[in-house]
Amino acid sequence: MYKKMIQLVNDFGIPRIIIISFLIVLLIMAFILKIPIAELLSASLVRLGMHGILVLAMVPAINSGIGLNFGLPLGIICGLIGVLISIEFNLRGFTALFTAILCAIPIAAIIGYGYGVLLNKVKGSEMTVGTYVGFSAVSIGCIGWLILPFRSPEAVWPIGGGLRVTISLVNRLDKVLNNFMAIRVGNLNIPTGTLVFLSLLAIIIWLFSRSKTGIAMRTVGDNPRFAVASGLNVNAYRVIGTILSTVLGAIGIIVYAQSFGFLQLYTAPMFMGFTSVAAILIGGATVKKASIIHVFIGTFLFQSILVVALPVANKIMVTGDLAEISRITISNGIILYALTQIKERA
Amino acid sequence: MKKNMKTKKSNNKVLDIFSFLQNIFLNNIVTISFVILCLIGLRISGLSTAFYLNDLIARVSRNSFLILALIIPVTAGMGMNFAIVLGAMAGQAAIIAVTHWGISGLPGFLSCVILSSPLAIFLGYLTGKLLNKTKGQEMITSLVLAFFANGVYQLIFLIFIGTVIPMENEAMVLGAGVGLKNTIDLFRIKYALDNILKLPLPRTAIILSILFLIIIMVYFVFRYSRLQKNTNKITDKKDLTFYEFIKKNAGYDVKFYSVIAVIAMAWGLVIMNSNSLIKMVQVPIITSLCVAAMCLFNMFITKTKLGQDFRAVGQDAHIAGIAGINVNKTRVTAIVISTLFAAWGQLFLLQNLGTLNTYGSHEQAGMFAIAAILIGGASIEKATISQALLGAVLFHTLFIISPLAGRNLFGDAQIGEFFRAFVVYGVIGLALGAHAWQKLRKTKKMLD
Repeated sequence: MYKKMIQLVNDFGIPRIIIISFLIVLLIMAFILKIPIAELLSASLVRLGMHGILVLAMVPAINSGIGLNFGLPLGIICGLIGVLISIEFNLRGFTALFTAILCAIPIAAIIGYGYGVLLNKVKGSEMTVGTYVGFSAVSIGCIGWLILPFRSPEAVWPIGGGLRVTISLVNRLDKVLNNFMAIRVGNLNIPTGTLVFLSLLAIIIWLFSRSKTGIAMRTVGDNPRFAVASGLNVNAYRVIGTILSTVLGAIGIIVYAQSFGFLQLYTAPMFMGFTSVAAILIGGATVKKASIIHVFIGTFLFQSILVVALPVANKIMVTGDLAEISRITISNGIILYALTQIKERA
Repeated sequence: MKKNMKTKKSNNKVLDIFSFLQNIFLNNIVTISFVILCLIGLRISGLSTAFYLNDLIARVSRNSFLILALIIPVTAGMGMNFAIVLGAMAGQAAIIAVTHWGISGLPGFLSCVILSSPLAIFLGYLTGKLLNKTKGQEMITSLVLAFFANGVYQLIFLIFIGTVIPMENEAMVLGAGVGLKNTIDLFRIKYALDNILKLPLPRTAIILSILFLIIIMVYFVFRYSRLQKNTNKITDKKDLTFYEFIKKNAGYDVKFYSVIAVIAMAWGLVIMNSNSLIKMVQVPIITSLCVAAMCLFNMFITKTKLGQDFRAVGQDAHIAGIAGINVNKTRVTAIVISTLFAAWGQLFLLQNLGTLNTYGSHEQAGMFAIAAILIGGASIEKATISQALLGAVLFHTLFIISPLAGRNLFGDAQIGEFFRAFVVYGVIGLALGAHAWQKLRKTKKMLD
């Protein structure tokens, strides 16, 4: 019995137990401090929709065998370009949203293809190389935001050149999905549109994983040698996985921006890859295996902690940014844990 | 006939020098492109040589120690140790404590060194243990560990100070009494090491070149006298004159560096007797000597049993294990040494900067040091002292010139700064990618 318990705990992962206990403690404190739970829950749901697609982008990457996609900023930058194009054409509402997505997808597909080919050349070090490809992409992006020929007065600095650091999306993309068919129960706000959109993409990814290509891709990720023996083109399927991941990253940041109400340029995307990686790991994924359910559980758990930590910390402490500190510690802690769980291949 | 022989010989000599240069070029393509980039940047930025040298010497002398801390883990086959950030944190914790207690000057600096050492050793030990659990993924692990440690660091100094750790100091703690301020003035230990002894650059150059030439001479005299003793005993071979001996035994590198030393000496003499502003450029002698001592330590350790173990483990951990080396322990030792040096390196850096950016100074320590050593021509598998020092010079040159070059070229200093960031990340990414690609090709070749 005792042994079984230990086994169970080990399978579940000690860090996950710590994280869930931390959340429970925070919730109890929130209850004691009389922070309205309904508001916390709606904030968590908003954050689930906001980050969900960025986390979903990890699924094809992990399943195709490239591991945790720390190079997500590549896709994010493509998404940002999409939104900027929609602003440049002075579009509003759903037209703006779908134009942004439609513009971003082909760019992300091309970038994703290149990134996939690169990752095939560095098998075994995808995560380290990916991290630095992401970082370099963000700094190239920074140069790009200064010199790209966008002219819309809402997007560029009034004096001097270059795009603003944060661009307000009010009256454009701001909350178009969040407010679409939003349900209100007492104090509880449910951002139906965003959640439906996330579920739609999740279903597409799920259906894809059941298709012939999807099954082949999973085989490649699971056991490359077996895949070669069965005549599958390992490199091609890895590239497909990378493209899917990058495209989802691009769509993800557009949905994120519409929920947030602002477009964040320059160094903001730097660590978004880390946050998404952490979320799916908290949900129960490993470096080798991930599914849709991990996305939902992980994102909800992780974002709930951040949502609850902020008001609790503000009530008990005078200063200090506990939410930010827990974000850094939790996300990097869970990644470290996942790294120690990789069995060394002899 | 005789004449023919002679021309052939001299031809060979030319070829030798040519292939020596060719090898240098082919093996250091990254470094050479950065040298060219820096030279072009210097030209565009329009900086005066005196200003540039002054800035460069201050930067290189304060940062070299951190960069040199990277060498031992590379030798031990653990790649670039991004976790030197933890060492930097240990150094900063010591500096915060010493500033709080109000110990000034050199005693303050030395107490920082003493205080940070056990902390750094402890953190290094933990890092080493963790890296042993993630063999084959050391670099991404140490990278993420650095970010994780940053969270813990913030927790301690932003939230625990004033709540769990009692501390009353108006100059350092935030208004509400909890958490440290964003910047802390380190006036107590500012220039504690740099200001002990400073000499102008031309004089330093002359002294250094003379010292170098004397050392080379003493070395050859020593070897020559030993050779003569031996030849007298064993054989009746015709004695070489001392001049012939040097001609025969001095390699191209020795000749190359000797020529550079003579040029440096001549340059120093010319500058000293001119009205150039370069006369005003000061060199912090003690700081530079500490860096030199660190270089000597790195050379010395390769001669010891421990150094040989590092190399054996780095080449093939499996075979090293069979040969009776405790692989895990050797790896932990490598990381402990690296972390300890990083802590001291951060102290060197901060005593020169004079202000502590409480939540930022350590963050870039690892990444900048790694980018520097890679620019100097190091790889994930091999890093030498000269690569570290050359890398420091090139990297900081890039840092000095980028904003100015960006402004002069594009009318925007920010472009230069972003370009600099791109170079840091790009160089690391490129080196990691090239390494992984080569490894993959090697295994493929073995399979074929």
